[in-house]
Amino acid sequence: MIRFILRRCGQAIITIIAVSIIVFIILHLLPGGLVRAQLGQKASPIQVHALEVQEGLLKPLPVQYLTWAWNALRGNFGYSYKLSENVSTLLAQYVPRTFLLVAVSLLFAVAIAIPMGLWQGYRRNRADDHALSATMLIMYSMPTFLLGVILIVVLNIWLPIFPSTASNFGGSLSIDATDLALPIITLSLANVSYFSRYMRSSVTDNLLEDYVRTAKSKGARNRTVLLRHVLRNSLNSTLTLLGLSLPYTVSGSLIVEALFNYPGAGLLFWNSAQTRDFPVLLGIVLIIAVMTVLGNLIVDILYGVIDPRVRVQ
Amino acid sequence: MKIEQSSADPVAIDQRMGALRSAFSTFIANKLAVGSLIILVLIILFCFVGPLVYHTNQVSAQLLLENQSPSSTHILGTSPTGRDELGRLMLGGQSTIELGLAVGVLASAFGLVWGTISGFVGGLVDSVMMRIVDALLSIPFLFFVILLASIVRPTLWLIILVISGVSWLSTARLVRGETLSLKTRDYVVAASGFGAPRWRLIARHIMPNVLGVLVVNGTLKVADAILTFAALGYLGLSIPPPATNWGEILAGGVNNIFDGYWWQLWPAAVLIVLTVLAVNVLGDALRDVVEARLAQR
Repeated sequence: MIRFILRRCGQAIITIIAVSIIVFIILHLLPGGLVRAQLGQKASPIQVHALEVQEGLLKPLPVQYLTWAWNALRGNFGYSYKLSENVSTLLAQYVPRTFLLVAVSLLFAVAIAIPMGLWQGYRRNRADDHALSATMLIMYSMPTFLLGVILIVVLNIWLPIFPSTASNFGGSLSIDATDLALPIITLSLANVSYFSRYMRSSVTDNLLEDYVRTAKSKGARNRTVLLRHVLRNSLNSTLTLLGLSLPYTVSGSLIVEALFNYPGAGLLFWNSAQTRDFPVLLGIVLIIAVMTVLGNLIVDILYGVIDPRVRVQ
Repeated sequence: MKIEQSSADPVAIDQRMGALRSAFSTFIANKLAVGSLIILVLIILFCFVGPLVYHTNQVSAQLLLENQSPSSTHILGTSPTGRDELGRLMLGGQSTIELGLAVGVLASAFGLVWGTISGFVGGLVDSVMMRIVDALLSIPFLFFVILLASIVRPTLWLIILVISGVSWLSTARLVRGETLSLKTRDYVVAASGFGAPRWRLIARHIMPNVLGVLVVNGTLKVADAILTFAALGYLGLSIPPPATNWGEILAGGVNNIFDGYWWQLWPAAVLIVLTVLAVNVLGDALRDVVEARLAQR
């Protein structure tokens, strides 16, 4: 088990290093370089040169990379000239809100999708299964922001229950729960449609396995077979999916944040893209990628704890 | 001459036709899939033939005509910039469909090459190639796409390249997995034993057998690409006007959502969902065909 965890950690570290190299390359692909992006096209050669010296941009690339990576490791992601703020301060302010949105939405999604998929697999090809599958497929084929718009129309315009914007959200769940409702429902539903399809097919496959027949022939009731045997075996694959869906969910979070004006890392990223504020953009990409890798690592280790077969591979 | 003879062999033809016919009949039996295909053809006709029948001015903004409700001159009303909404949906559909197909093809081609090489060569090359894929996959794709779209000034082709740039990753992973299992098959080992060079093994024995899975994957990529394009359109990181796409039209409707301009919102929404839904159903049906074929082998 310890060897398994160590190996997975090693892979995660290599992936994070690879991400940082990719981000670094993008930084240097910028037309005219980072300096031009910050100073604008009208900057004089002297200004450009001064900033290049100040930022150490005249040193060889590997040296620059190591300096940059070392700074990033210590939490120094540079300075945003557009927002007049250290990037790390901005990250500390905005990233936790995205983390909250993503975590709560995933939790809701799993809590809805697992029982639903189990039920659908059990009632395979009956009318209620078909109705649910069709609904999920339509939701799956919908851009996330359209899902949010429909929820705004129904739960804000037709039935004024929830506010349509979360821009006043201060960061604590207990105070502004209603502000958060629509963003969370939108992001959860986007994931439910994704998870429940897999849960359904996983349950369907498992119901055909020998152990189900054995359990039934031993006289176990349907409920016992479903909850004790099938659920546990189907959970494994859904858990993997949870890890794989992290990048997808974080992407969805960006859309939801933009739609509901929720001040998280996604909204900050979008605004920074419009002002071409590259230190912020790259800082967010790096931190979000690291969080995704870590999330995957945790899921993988959990998977190994639940299912001993995985550790051997 | 030899080749002609073998292809003229009635048994061989019969077998090949049989496989094709059974694949075809599996597909036809799936009414949902046939329905989806018909819907897709209708949508393509609407977008590409529609403008030839229904002439509108999509070039200049006419602010005097903005946000008009549907009438006999403007069947689906006008947009926030005063352009005819129905004509706009046709124009937006053209770029959306072109992008979806182009991304499907590009992502599949690149994923196929990357995945087969990685899986076939193995060893250090495989590790390095797959770590690159892992790293890129761990950057949430929308952040990556927006980052790239903010560096370059978007044109339709650049957006196609950008979306393909994130789309090929999971294809490469899938193809690599298939290649790993194919390269231990007897016929591949035998061909290798006869002294077939590597490129021949890859081109003749691995790639054709990956094709089925690849087509299914590529179809689903078309759906994903349309959704991503719509998201970019909504975020305003799309092709510059007067060109447009469904996501951008929908975004215009969202901005006016509290004014009740339904014609700016729901027609575009229905078109996007219908197209993506049809492509997804088609992909699922193709998967059934491919899996039935694999099961027969």
